[in-house]
Amino acid sequence: MAAPAFDYAAAASYDEAVRLLAAAGDEAKILAGGQSLLPMLNLRLARPALLIDINPADQRQPSLAAGGAGGAARAAAGGAAAAGRAAAGGQAGHDGGSLLRLPALTRHRVLLEHDLVRRWCPLLAEAARHVGNVRVRNRGTVGGSLAHADPASEIGCCALAAGARIVARGPDGDRTVPAGELFAGYWTTTLAASEVITDVLIPAARPRQGWSFQELARRASDFAIVAVAALVELDERAERIAAARVALAGVADRVTLAAPGLLAGLAGAAAGRAGADIDAVAAGIAGSLRPASDVRASGAYRRRLARVLAGRALRQALARACGDVS
Amino acid sequence: MTRRRIALCVNGSERDAWVLPSDTLLDVLHDGLGLAEVRYGCGEGVCGTCTVLLDGEPVSGCLTLAVQAAGREVTTLRGLAGPGGALHPLQDRFLRRGAAQCGFCTPGMVLTSLDLVRRHLARGLGPPSRDDIRYALVGNLCRCTGYTKIIDAVAEYAALAAAGTPPAGTSPARTPPARTPPARTPPARTPPARTPPARTPPAAAP
Repeated sequence: MAAPAFDYAAAASYDEAVRLLAAAGDEAKILAGGQSLLPMLNLRLARPALLIDINPADQRQPSLAAGGAGGAARAAAGGAAAAGRAAAGGQAGHDGGSLLRLPALTRHRVLLEHDLVRRWCPLLAEAARHVGNVRVRNRGTVGGSLAHADPASEIGCCALAAGARIVARGPDGDRTVPAGELFAGYWTTTLAASEVITDVLIPAARPRQGWSFQELARRASDFAIVAVAALVELDERAERIAAARVALAGVADRVTLAAPGLLAGLAGAAAGRAGADIDAVAAGIAGSLRPASDVRASGAYRRRLARVLAGRALRQALARACGDVS
Repeated sequence: MTRRRIALCVNGSERDAWVLPSDTLLDVLHDGLGLAEVRYGCGEGVCGTCTVLLDGEPVSGCLTLAVQAAGREVTTLRGLAGPGGALHPLQDRFLRRGAAQCGFCTPGMVLTSLDLVRRHLARGLGPPSRDDIRYALVGNLCRCTGYTKIIDAVAEYAALAAAGTPPAGTSPARTPPARTPPARTPPARTPPARTPPARTPPAAAP
């Protein structure tokens, strides 16, 4: 198969991309890494009249900045300086903590290998291992993955678990969208037709916080049947679970964050004796899901996988929060 | 949709091509420039037989627009050859290990594993393990089912490259001098005769 004819425009900046998008309306698609869009074109599942290539628009690398109200604005500062600042005094508590800023064009390969990502969002670095193959990871981008909104997306799953915020630029300027409000359904986001993702802001990993990413796919590099991302945070004495978050991919029409109420059973659980609580919470999360059946798996199998993988993810995240480095 | 002229550097040579916006890099390399080692397999970035190195990184030729390669450096399998077409040491390992069967996947396998070994050595990680090799090659499908010998060949090359002989994927040091045809037959194992068996004419219809 070959792609239907389309026109191509290289955007030298995100502003130019927004202008081109606004002029073309629904007829245009943004081209980032192209690893989902071009297969759709080659299979003629999409027929845009214009591709707007944002690859020339952004050469930035991941960076780390102090969080808080002004953090987003300052986060574009140089990576090394920002990293030093954060390492020195960036652990300013839950809301004022450091932010990892990923430019939208951050490739999956960079997620895997970049020191700042591995240090401050190891969840995402691990999840990137499961994304596609080496060629997909060389070209595919974090912003493109989020905008594509595949319900089995590892990146979207981690964005939910980590509480990421997405910066989108439109004709009226930038706005920030919590990951939990980005996904609207199969391959659909809440972004306006003339908005383009420029950055992803992720609260940096904190002390006494553990993480885990679990995925089952029929073949390595294939789409996840079910994937689970979990974060577990201990209280200040590192004795009890203070907070936990679980997000799942492959279980609904979009990546899904488990409702906080489903994790309430873990709050205050003793770190060394939380096994039964984890089992109950995992069963509760799975029970809340109504996954569809498709060519990869039945809905019932997916729900069972969700329970098993959520349990494994919570156990591993808890172990890491307790200092297990494996 | 008008064609536009792009200039790209293919295997060290500046090449021009007139391309449509919807032409892929695969279209231009295979159909336009006649580089038959860049192959159409699936068109979805899954099979890996259209793999080329774009500025040194493996990409799917079928998922990269030709216009996106303008001004960039593209390496196909034949770009690895040394003077006089001498085989690259990794190709040499493939040959000696019998890692190529029908050959359709081989260019992608070679380019992808070469990138793996280069990256491992550049990052000071030593030669990649067999698990590393399997992980890197998961997006390169061999439908002859010959993965074991491919992994053997890459592992052997990686060990040689890590030991410094030959330098990682740069020079064809182990190959014969230019213009001498490379010895294709390993001394110990004689491959089966290549001539097809004499065909008996089909029996007359009863």
